[in-house]
Amino acid sequence: MRLIVHNMLSCNIRGVVNKFPLRIEPEKVIVKEVDFNPDFLKHMIAKIDWKALVDGARSMGYPELPDHPPTTLESDESFLRKFHHSLLELNLEEGSLVCPETGRKFSVNKGIPNMLLHEDEV
Amino acid sequence: MPPRIAAIPLVSSHRELYEPCDDSFALVDALLADRTHLIENNPKVCMEIGCGSGYVITSLILLLKNEVPGVHYLATDTNPIATRVTKETLEAHGVHADIVCADIASGLEKRLAGSVDVIVVNPPYVPTPDYEVGMEGIASAWAGGVNGRTVIDKILPVVDILLSEKGWFYLVTLTSNFPAEICLMMRKKGYASRIVVQRSTEEENLLILKFWRDKDEECQDKEISSSFVSQFSKSISSLMEKQWR
Repeated sequence: MRLIVHNMLSCNIRGVVNKFPLRIEPEKVIVKEVDFNPDFLKHMIAKIDWKALVDGARSMGYPELPDHPPTTLESDESFLRKFHHSLLELNLEEGSLVCPETGRKFSVNKGIPNMLLHEDEV
Repeated sequence: MPPRIAAIPLVSSHRELYEPCDDSFALVDALLADRTHLIENNPKVCMEIGCGSGYVITSLILLLKNEVPGVHYLATDTNPIATRVTKETLEAHGVHADIVCADIASGLEKRLAGSVDVIVVNPPYVPTPDYEVGMEGIASAWAGGVNGRTVIDKILPVVDILLSEKGWFYLVTLTSNFPAEICLMMRKKGYASRIVVQRSTEEENLLILKFWRDKDEECQDKEISSSFVSQFSKSISSLMEKQWR
């Protein structure tokens, strides 16, 4: 699971209010190289919850992202490279995603988060 | 050179999983037929709900990847085996999509709302008793409940949440799913629709429907509704005649 997906996942249990972001409990993190595409990154940054990305990357052992993204991205390749690495190259291979309100754990196996609910949670 | 789609020998499989079949091929044919428009639409986020073997999402990636770089592809399935097999199929073709094991798009709806530019769905559409819907394993790939509509009718409102303003939605249906009624339901939500591919096999009469937002389409009028349904039936019959000619 890449952090671009983590940034889109919320706890889906019925009645939960504080459902995002899910806390990452990593067991195995791998890095998979992805082609660098500045246009894609510039498009995505508006949709990304920055704090969730920064905290997610830190919990996966990558503390390089600044607390706030720079206001101009055009000339800042070193920032875009870090953003690229955090968003697209860090992979949670094994671990859990934890709901901030209920503590419910959603497992991640072989890189795939399992968001299926039990009957009493729907 | 014709655009590449997924190669069957590279599609991974599992005994608890539905293999690519006529319906999957018809959906990929619809995407191929619409490929030029898809490229022009320049999608940023594409998603398959119910990815099964991964044949369709892999094909979608392959047929767009050279012309539309930097697309985020997502795939969901309620069957954990399907999510693993889809990952294998993608890897065998050297492409990537982010996979989530989820019921339709559960867990993604809040943050992805209004952001998805292309959604493709080959739902469980086979008419079955309702109790067969949502059973674990391979049945979840086809058991569609009454008129094959139980799961389709759950998917439609989710698609309406996820789809962007310029978003397109491709849906596999059978004529026995009452597709005119599906189009009418979507029309009431503000979507125009058309049949991209019609295909009759020995067992089923498949229609691949495409939906897009159209502000002029919102209507509640009953008279227009009934004429819409009769027009829809006419266009299906004329498509079927063409096929048999």
